[in-house]
Amino acid sequence: MPQQSPQFASVSDVGKRLAAVGYLTDPAIATTVFLADRLGKPLLVEGPAGVGKTELAKAIAAATGSGLIRLQCYEGLDEARALYEWNYKKQLLRIQAGPDDTDWHSVHDDVFSEEFLLARPLLAAIRQQEPTLLLIDETDKADVEVEGLLLEVLSDFQVTIPELGTITAVRRPLVVLTSNATRELSEALKRRCLYLYLGYPSAEREREIVLSRVPDIGGALADQIVRTVRALRALELKKSPSIAETIDWAHTLLALGLDTLDEEALRSTLGVVLKHASDHVRAAGELRLN
Amino acid sequence: MTRPGLLSHLADFVRALREAGIPVGVSEGIDAAVVLGTVDVLDRRQLREGLASVVVKRPVHRPNFDALFDLWWPRVGGPTTTDDDPDPPVPDPEALRAELARLLLDGDDDALRRFAREAVAALGRAESTPGRQSFFSYRVLRALSPDTLVAQLLDALLAGADRGGLAEQVARNTIRERLATLRAAIEEEVRRRAAEERGPDAVARSTVRPLVDQVDFLRAQQQDLAALRRTVAPLARRLAARLAAKRRHGRTGRLDFRRTVRSSLATGGVPILTHHRPHRPHKPELVVLCDVSGSVAGFSHFTLMLTAALREQFSRVRAFAFVDTCDEVTRFFAPGADLVTATQRLSREADLVWFDGHSDYGHAFEVFAERWPEAVGPKTSLLVLGDGRTNYRAPGTATLRGLVTRARHAYWLNPEPRPQWGSGDSVSDVYAEHIEMVECRNAEQLAAFVGRLLPV
Repeated sequence: MPQQSPQFASVSDVGKRLAAVGYLTDPAIATTVFLADRLGKPLLVEGPAGVGKTELAKAIAAATGSGLIRLQCYEGLDEARALYEWNYKKQLLRIQAGPDDTDWHSVHDDVFSEEFLLARPLLAAIRQQEPTLLLIDETDKADVEVEGLLLEVLSDFQVTIPELGTITAVRRPLVVLTSNATRELSEALKRRCLYLYLGYPSAEREREIVLSRVPDIGGALADQIVRTVRALRALELKKSPSIAETIDWAHTLLALGLDTLDEEALRSTLGVVLKHASDHVRAAGELRLN
Repeated sequence: MTRPGLLSHLADFVRALREAGIPVGVSEGIDAAVVLGTVDVLDRRQLREGLASVVVKRPVHRPNFDALFDLWWPRVGGPTTTDDDPDPPVPDPEALRAELARLLLDGDDDALRRFAREAVAALGRAESTPGRQSFFSYRVLRALSPDTLVAQLLDALLAGADRGGLAEQVARNTIRERLATLRAAIEEEVRRRAAEERGPDAVARSTVRPLVDQVDFLRAQQQDLAALRRTVAPLARRLAARLAAKRRHGRTGRLDFRRTVRSSLATGGVPILTHHRPHRPHKPELVVLCDVSGSVAGFSHFTLMLTAALREQFSRVRAFAFVDTCDEVTRFFAPGADLVTATQRLSREADLVWFDGHSDYGHAFEVFAERWPEAVGPKTSLLVLGDGRTNYRAPGTATLRGLVTRARHAYWLNPEPRPQWGSGDSVSDVYAEHIEMVECRNAEQLAAFVGRLLPV
C-alpha cells in the first residue's frame, strides 16, 4: 500500500481544525484522533448516548475534507448489507437479453464483473480514491459475526470476492467505530483499534460547547445551565443528561425567552433533559423543586 | 526515534499495568512504543492520552492507568524532596485557607492543582524515620480543612440568593466537585513524592485499587457501592441483550402448517421450505428471598436492584426481605421506581424485625413458608441471598428443604468466600447440602450467575 501523507500536522493542529468546523476537543480527543491518523489505525469511540461520538466522526470528515461513508449497524446486519452484493436482477436481465449464440463462459465472465457488483459501505470505502472517512456507527448493535467481518477489513483494508479476487485499498480510509457499550466488543476487535472513551465533558468544555452551538445564549445563562446539568448528573439517574440534552435545553430556554434558570423555568422544561418519569420525580425531590 | 532507556522504562510501565490487572497484550505494548515515537513526549497530557488510547480498552481500567501513569511518568519541574529547604518556614494556615477559598470560588482547576502541590510541600511533611521525610495527605487536609469552607463558599456563590432552593443544590454540587478535584490533586502529589522516595514499584502496590466489578461486596466502601450501583443498569441491559440474542438463535418451535402449505404453492405444491412458529420463551417466575441485616446489607441491596432491573425477563418477580422475620418488598421495586429510594423505603417501611434485629434464618423461613405458601410453586426459581450466619439460632433446615423441593430451581447466593462457610455461627455448609449454594462475592461473579440463571 502506498504511504500516504497524514492529514494532521500535530495534536494542536487537530484541535484547531476540528474547532474550525465546530467541534471542540479536549486533549484526549485531539491526541487520539492524531494517533488514529498517524498510525493508520481504526478509532473506537465508546461512551453514553449523546456525548458526540457520531459528531466527532462527522467533524473529522469535514476538517480533512474527506467524504463520509456511513455503515449503520443493527441486529441482523449481514455481509450483503455491509460489504457487497451481486446485482442479481441485473445479471438475470443480462443473461435473458443477450444474443442466443453467446457461449456460457463469456456470459459467466461478463455477469461477474464490476458492472454487476453493488458495493456496500465497507467495500465502497476501500475502493475510494479520494480521502474517505468510514464511520461504523453503533457497532455494539450488530451481531458478533459482523465483528469477524470487520476484523479482516480493518486490519488489512482488503476484501476478497471469490469471483473477482482480492480488492486492496488504494487509499487507506480513516475509520471511526462508535459503540454505546450495550455489550462488550470482542478483544480481537478492540486490540486492532485505538480506544477513546467519551464521557461527560468538564464544566469548562461543556460551557464552551454550549456557547459555540447556541451563540445567542448569554455567558451567565450558559454557566447556569452547565452547572445545573452537572448537579443532575451527580444524582443517580436512569439516564443522565448528556451534551445533546444540554444543547437542547439551551435552545429551549432561548426559544422561551427565559434569561435565568430558576425553579419555575426548570420545572417547566425538565422534560427536555430528563427522559424518564422516575428521573423527574427524583430530580424534583433532590433539587427541592416542590 | 525512541531511545533504549525510554523503551525499557515503557516496558516496566507495561509490566506494572499488567500487574494491576489491565490486560496489555504484546501487540498493544508495541503500539505503545509507536505512540511514544509519534506524540510529543514532553507534553505529558499528550503522552498520557496517547498511551491510554492503546492500552486502556475498558473505562473501568482508566483510574488505575492514571494512578500508575503518574508514578512512572511524573511531572517534571516541580519541587523535589531534595530541593526542598529542610526547615521550611512554617506557613500561615489561615493565609493558605484564604487562598484556597479564593481558588475554589474561581473554579480554575489548573490553579487548584498548583495550589495542592504547594500545600503538600508546605504542610504534608512528617519525619517518619530520622533523615527520611514522608508526605501524608491527611496532614494537608487537616491543616486546610477544606470542608469547613463550604458555608463560606456557599454564601459567596449564591451571592444573596435564596437558600434552600434549586440554586443552593446546584452551588453545593459545584463546591463538591471542586473539593474532589483538590483532594485528588493532593493525593496525586503525595504519591508522586512517595514514588520519588521509594521508587514507583513500591508505591504502585498500595495505590492500585481493585476493579469495580471485582470489589468484594462485604468489604465495599461507600464510594465503591455508589460505583457498583451505577453498574447495575448497564449490567442488566447487557444480560438482557445477550438473552435476546440467545433466544433468536435458539431452535425454532413447532411447524407452522398454514404458512408451509401457503409457500409450497410457489413450488407447485411441494413443501421445499418449512416454516416454524417462533419458539415461545419460557418465562419463569422468580422469587428472591433476601437477608437485609446489617452484615450483608450492601450485597443484598445490590442484588435486589439487579433482580428488579431484570424484571422484564421474568413473567413475575417477587422479592421478600428478612432480618429475623420476613416481609414482601416487591411493591418497592415497581416498574420505573427509583432504586435508591426503593432501598431506603425498604428498610424504613417493611416489617423485617420481630425480636432483636439479628438474623434469624429459621424463623424467617418459617414465616415465609407460612404466610406466602403460594409464592413458591413448580414454575418458580427461588433465589436465597445471605451469608447463612444464624447467630447460633435454629437454622430451619427442614423448612428450607420443603421450599427447595417445591421450587423448579433453587439457588443460594453467598457473599462469603467458600472456605468460611460453616465457620463460627455460619451454617452455610448445612444449607449447602439441601440447596445449590453459589459463592457470589463481587459483581463479576453475580453477573456470571445471573447469566446462567436466565431462561433460554
